[in-house]
This record gives sequence, structure tokens and C-alpha cells, in this order.
Amino acid sequence: MKDRAIQVVKFSHYYGQQPSLKNLNLDIYRKEILSIIGPARSGKSTFLTCLNRLVDLVPASRVEGKIFIDGQDIYQPEVEVAALRRQLGMVFATPVPLPMSIYDNLVFGPKLQGQTNRQELDHLVEDCLEKAGLWAEVKDRLKTSALKLSGGQQQRLCLARVLALKPEYILLDEPTSGLDPISTMKIEDTLRLLKDEYTIILVTNNTKQAARVAERTAFFLMGELVEVNDTEIVFTRPADKRTESYIEGKFG
Amino acid sequence: MARHKSGGDRLIRLSLLLVALSAISVLAIITIFIFEQGLPIMAKYGLKNFLLGQDWFPSEQSFGLLPMIVGSLLVTLGALVIGVPLGLASAIFLTEFSNRRLSGFLKPVIELLAGIPSVVYGFLGLMFLVPFIRKNFGGPGLSVLAASIILGIMILPTIISIAIDAIRAVPDSYREGSIALGATRWQTVRMVVLPAARSGLVAGIILGMGRAIGETMAVIMVAGNAADLPGSLLAPVRTLTSNIALEMAYASGEHRQALFATGVILFVIIMILNFLANLAARKQFRK
Repeated sequence: MKDRAIQVVKFSHYYGQQPSLKNLNLDIYRKEILSIIGPARSGKSTFLTCLNRLVDLVPASRVEGKIFIDGQDIYQPEVEVAALRRQLGMVFATPVPLPMSIYDNLVFGPKLQGQTNRQELDHLVEDCLEKAGLWAEVKDRLKTSALKLSGGQQQRLCLARVLALKPEYILLDEPTSGLDPISTMKIEDTLRLLKDEYTIILVTNNTKQAARVAERTAFFLMGELVEVNDTEIVFTRPADKRTESYIEGKFG
Repeated sequence: MARHKSGGDRLIRLSLLLVALSAISVLAIITIFIFEQGLPIMAKYGLKNFLLGQDWFPSEQSFGLLPMIVGSLLVTLGALVIGVPLGLASAIFLTEFSNRRLSGFLKPVIELLAGIPSVVYGFLGLMFLVPFIRKNFGGPGLSVLAASIILGIMILPTIISIAIDAIRAVPDSYREGSIALGATRWQTVRMVVLPAARSGLVAGIILGMGRAIGETMAVIMVAGNAADLPGSLLAPVRTLTSNIALEMAYASGEHRQALFATGVILFVIIMILNFLANLAARKQFRK
């Protein structure tokens, strides 16, 4: 039996009165890549922000049910949210480098935790950029503004920045939706390398991407989890008719 | 038909140009007038005597403006020391930590402060602040401190509303990105939002500074107006603007010209500040 890292139990989320996630039950295993597919507005991104409680920032949002991460119910008051967010690093759909140098973007998280040793930080920067496949391209200009990088580079920088937090989990919200095929390929390669060390949850509206990188795939539709299974099964013989028609491109 | 239309276009362009030029020409006329009246006497007695002379006895051809220059700079600096922390703190609170309803109510109220005539500020200062300082800190009460506090309050609306605009212009994605990296709300403000809004904040502060250095009426009422270098924060002080306003009514001859020379110096100081403001506003955080 695989190690269940995240357990989602009867979980619902509402924006005001409007439910956006309905009664989800889902286990996520340690060190797997789980992809979440589904049409726009099916709650995929909301689900990610519920996992790291970024959803707290949204006014009038409300949750029901429980999410356990490493056995801890993350909606309990004693949970330290900043620590939770470091543990579940998130990469957004649009690359959002902070308006500072490449180097400072990477050490932003570690510095918040009080890490100041220059040598360790230098090391960390190189290591994370290397893992994200960006080191060779930027090693000579770490002090230049991160806003000058290309879109694909910015997204890999965001991934590297998340790795610098030393997270257990990586949440990716359509990380390649704005990127060209080559940058997309680079990110996917990186993800395959990273799965030995991290549990990765990849939201994507590119079903082919899910088929390429994920071990398991979950299909969300209008806030409901329609089915979740090994990627191969979801794509070749899905249990639900709706999954089949989505994958075949009949809607979405 | 097409010809006719382009003719109308040209007419409108021409008249708009005229209107724009007339606004600029007012500035040009003021500049020329002040310099034409002020420069000859500065040339006659030497720029150095104006800038560094400590004695202002216009009837004895002694036109030292140093006490007034120091006075203007001192009360302006004092106003900034009081107004900038208060103003920035208010702006940060209203944009980052208060809900929409509260900031929707407070922002117009703060902007209302800008509409109160300066003589009212001066009057309140004279009635409450000056006696308070005299009783608790000593001295005449009419002082650098009193002028600084009144000016500090008067520049708040300028600083707050420009700072609010600058902070609101920072994209939310920066805040989300920072918070997703485990930063708290305050860390996000301090390390991401404020640096990103920096140029706008600086512009707001410099405009507030321009307002402080140009303010006359409120300062005359609470500053004491002695044309001496102030020995302490509790000593009375006279600013450049006060100098002009106080004496223009009865000045004539070289005295009158010396007041225009005061205007020249004030003009130059304000031009420098405006230049800095434009520079700061134009400079973006992406280097």
C-alpha cells in the first residue's frame, strides 16, 4: 500500500453562496505526480489554493470538510500558515517573478526563515537553478532583474524559487499555459526529474501534458471529482462517460 | 468632404495648442517677472551676501537671507519627519490591512483635509498647539516645532493619496507570489510591495515637501517670524514665503527688490524639488 501524504475528506469550498468544490474525497500519494485535468472553472486551481490555504486571501470564501497533510488537519487554528505554504510550494499560471534580481528572488523564501549565511545561500541558488534547468542560462547574470528573463525562463525561475523553500510538495497551476512548446518541454523534463524527491500536483488544461508526465490523473468537472486513477487507465478506459468525452475533446 | 474634415481637425488642433501654450505662458511670465525684479539686486550686492548673509535689515541695505533659507528648510524637514511616517503608515493600513468599506470611508475623509483653508490650520495651531508647546516645553510657543507639526498635518493628504495610488498600482500577483513563498502579510508589504511602489512613494513625499515649503499663511501664524537663525526647535523662525508675505505690503525700492530676490531663491528651490519629483516618478523599479 502506498503512503498517503494528503487526504482530502468530504471537502467543499464556497465563494459566497456559490460552491466551487463539492464534497471531494481524494488521496494523494507521496512522491507521485498527480495531474488534475478538467475544463475551465471546474475548481482545479481553487483546489490547489485550498491545499496551501492561499484561499484564505479570497474574501467571502468558506470551506467545509477536512484536508490532512502528513496527518495534520490544515484548517485547524494551530496550523502556522506561513510554514504550511513553504511546505507546499506553488507555481502559478502566469510567471510572477518578484521585482528584484534573479538571486534575490531565489533567496526570498530562505531569508524569511532567517537563513543569512552567504555561502549556503549561494549554494542553494545554484542547486535550485540547476534542478530547474535554468542555471546554465543565468549563472552570469544572477544580479540582474528577474523581470528581464523570457516567459519560459521566468517560469523556471519560479519553480527554482519554490525548490529553495525545500518543500515536500510542489503545486503547479497550469505552469505551461503561457509558454512555447520548447519551454513547456523543459518544464516537463524538470518535473520528471523532481518526482523522486517531491510529491507533485499538476493542474493542467492540456490533457496531453497530463498523459506525458503524470502517474495518476484526476478529472474535475464543475467542482466535482469525476474520477481519479492511473493516468493510463483514465486515458484509455475511463470509468465515467464524461471523462471520456472530455479527453476526446468533445467539450472543454 | 474629406478636405473639410481635415480642415476642422487642424482648427481644433491649433486652438488646443493655443490653450496649452497659454497655460505655459503664465508660468513663463511669472518666471520672467520674478527674475527681472529680483536678479538686479542680487547682482548688485552679490549672490553670496543673499545666500549666506545672516542679517536681514532691508532699510540698511543688509539682505542676508540665510535665516529664512534655513527656516524654510528646517520647517520643511520637520514637516516631513512628522508627515512621512504618519502618511505612509496610513496609506499602508488603508491599502493592505483594512477592508474595502473602511478604506472607502476613510480615504475621502483624509482627502477632505486638503480642502481646509490653510488659515484654519494656522488658527487652530495658534489657539491650541502654540499654548501647549509654551506650557509644556517652554519658549514662546511660536516656534519651528509648531510650524513643523502644522505643516506635517497639512501635507498628510498629499502623501497619503499619492502613496495609496502607488501601492494600489503594485500588481496583486506580487503579493500572492510572496505570500505563497511563506511570507506574512507584513513581510510582503515590507519586502515586496513597498520596494515595488517606491518611485510613486518618493514622488508623493516630494510633492508633500513642495507643499510644505510653499505654505505661507499657516506658517506665519505659528512660527513667530523672527528673522534670526533659530537656536533650537522651540525658537521662532521665519521662512522665505513668510518673509515675502509679511513685508510686501509696505516694501519699496531695494527692499521690494530684495523680496523678489527671496522669491527667486524660493523659485529655484521649488524647481529643484519638482525636477526630483518628475525624476522619481518616471524611474521605474525595473532597472
